[in-house]
Amino acid sequence: MRYIEPHGHMVSRTTDDYQAMTMAGCAAICEPAFWAGFDRKSADGFYDYFCQLTQHEPKRAAKFGLPHYCWLCINPKESEDVALANDVLALIPQFLKSPTVLGIGEIGLNKNTRNEMKILEQHIELAVKYDQLILVHTPHLEDKRKGTRLIMDALKANGVVKPERVIIDHVEEHTIGEVLDAGFWAGITLYPESKATPVRAVDMLENFASQRVWLNSACDWGVSDPIAVPKAAQEMRRRGHSAAAIDSLVYGNPVRFLSQCPNFKDPAALKS
Amino acid sequence: MSSPHPLSGTPPRSREQVAELHFMDARYKLLDLAAFLDRLERASGGDDHRIRGLRQALPLLLEKGDGRVAKILSLWSDPSAAPIEKSDTKAATGVWPGIK
Repeated sequence: MRYIEPHGHMVSRTTDDYQAMTMAGCAAICEPAFWAGFDRKSADGFYDYFCQLTQHEPKRAAKFGLPHYCWLCINPKESEDVALANDVLALIPQFLKSPTVLGIGEIGLNKNTRNEMKILEQHIELAVKYDQLILVHTPHLEDKRKGTRLIMDALKANGVVKPERVIIDHVEEHTIGEVLDAGFWAGITLYPESKATPVRAVDMLENFASQRVWLNSACDWGVSDPIAVPKAAQEMRRRGHSAAAIDSLVYGNPVRFLSQCPNFKDPAALKS
Repeated sequence: MSSPHPLSGTPPRSREQVAELHFMDARYKLLDLAAFLDRLERASGGDDHRIRGLRQALPLLLEKGDGRVAKILSLWSDPSAAPIEKSDTKAATGVWPGIK
């Protein structure tokens, strides 16, 4: 089996995880910028982080034969500090020239505040200005449905963003339908405790068939599983789905979305 | 909520086949939930908003029809539409604190 991990925070993972992912069939990994678990105090911290994402982590992944790509932003958990967020936004354009950058992400909302909305709108404008793909983080738990709707409103209000160039991640049963109906891609995140389990993810896939869905582990420094995507593939296999249907979901779909960015290379094409 | 569109190629299944695949998983989770409710009974104090939300979700499990997960997640969701001025926390608790 082969798959793409379209959302993994590998800077928080060990080399054992790279090894396990590779052995499970991972062919490429994409790493959105995210919250470190604590608030960074200055834009300098983000400069170093963006260097890590664009320069150091691709080398670490390459030791396991894995192409590594990244997304850049200030995560909504840190965008309450508007002055800091503006300083970080000003840093991003210079890194967009890096050959492994896929776009702007993971942007979005956390607690659905006015300041988070302001910085989300600025990220959307930045993506439009530099013709970048967008990866959206939707809020956790009780804040998800409201935040997902606010985010979709902001994307639509921009007027220029093409929904097929946006993936709205961390959808669950109460948000996936609205996201797909609006023309966006939907990401299902597989977490052991929150978001979706592999079993629920496959239920969603069976109920909301779409060519615009991907699965990801979003593995990070918290309770998460870097090989959650192949576990969902295994659940599909148990239920009798064909190998072609599984490949289309865990490999074909992310390749189709990511190939909208010229920096992304289909790993299968690279090997041929 | 959008209407489901079943994935083409999804193999048809009998309830027996679903039970073969997932009954034991559902069984241990139900027993864990029962044990959690027993643990609450043995503890002092009242229900906070999370426990109120959980108790309100339980009857939804026995409703007829599909869509139980979406109904429960919606029950626990913040029903407001406008952004808030400021939050004093970054964290979510799992159930909207305003639930009655």
